[in-house]
Amino acid sequence: MSFPNEHSFAPFIGPFDPCPPITCKTYSTPPHLYMCFQPLNLPQFSPQEALRHGTLWPALYSPYESKWGKGRC
Amino acid sequence: MSSTSKPHCDPEYYELLEKLQALDFVLVELNLFLDTHPDDLASIQQFNQLTQERTQLANHFQQLYGPLQNFGRAYSKYPWEWSQAPWPWQV
Amino acid sequence: MWIYEKKLQYPVRVGKCDIRMAKYLAEQYGGADGELSAALRYLNQRYTIPDKVIGLLNDIGTEEFAHLEMIATMIYKLTKDATVEELEAAGMGAYYVNHDKALYYQNAGGVPWTATYIQAKGDPIADLYEDIAAEEKARATYQWLIDMTDDVDLQDGLKFLREREIIHSLRFREAVEILKDDREHKKIF
Repeated sequence: MSFPNEHSFAPFIGPFDPCPPITCKTYSTPPHLYMCFQPLNLPQFSPQEALRHGTLWPALYSPYESKWGKGRC
Repeated sequence: MSSTSKPHCDPEYYELLEKLQALDFVLVELNLFLDTHPDDLASIQQFNQLTQERTQLANHFQQLYGPLQNFGRAYSKYPWEWSQAPWPWQV
Repeated sequence: MWIYEKKLQYPVRVGKCDIRMAKYLAEQYGGADGELSAALRYLNQRYTIPDKVIGLLNDIGTEEFAHLEMIATMIYKLTKDATVEELEAAGMGAYYVNHDKALYYQNAGGVPWTATYIQAKGDPIADLYEDIAAEEKARATYQWLIDMTDDVDLQDGLKFLREREIIHSLRFREAVEILKDDREHKKIF
């Protein structure tokens, strides 16, 4: 049931690249990618929590954090 | 009446508004879910139950802060309340 | 017809005066994969899609207008009290000359919205696949917008909108499954 929300890969590093290399790139793989058809009776957030998460179902919640100020990581 | 004149200065306005937004959000989620799962009786029951709660909360909200919907979906006090600020993007 | 409801779908807060972000948020206002495109795309496709999925297109299309209003609220709040000097410094001088602070359907690069952003092919699978792609592209746009700011309040609203793209994408994928297979969906679980 638990699939990674994010995948990563190592971009090619060329000998003549002008900038210091970014060694690891990530991309989102949200939970809906692993769910062909939503099953019935999934556990639910409370209404307040649902609003704040943007979905009623914890199984479909996908967190995302800003890259601002995080450098080349 | 004082609460209707400047709801955006009343902390209870924001509290009630978010409660309503939360209930309505669950109803949006259940509605979209039922659009693709029309035979799920439990979700239909939850939808109907929350619709009832939502109606009560919306009525209470409108008593305090004026109409939520136009075109005859909510009553008005005097003077005409609908066109009064604040609008959603202003609060 | 539509009835207007005098509230936002989600409480929009903006933590600081940042005109630069108003300029970038235009991508989701009048951009190719923005909320206007999404709303008009789905509501237009619903006329020729099979009955079984009309409701879904109708309801997601309607929700997109609520999202358009959230983006408009962010842009409005970010620019409302800006001086002309601040607008000029943030790269919105040219925008001001044409529009003052009025909202305009253009993307982050200033290109006006066009109907060529949205397709209506009449083929249900082609249309739904476009819708799925549009949701994923909008999700990516929200990620890059979240990346461009350290304002946690603004990020909060954008994270809500990003999550909605995920739910919509799932629903459109379910719609494809419904059209692929007439059997009881319960068997799929």
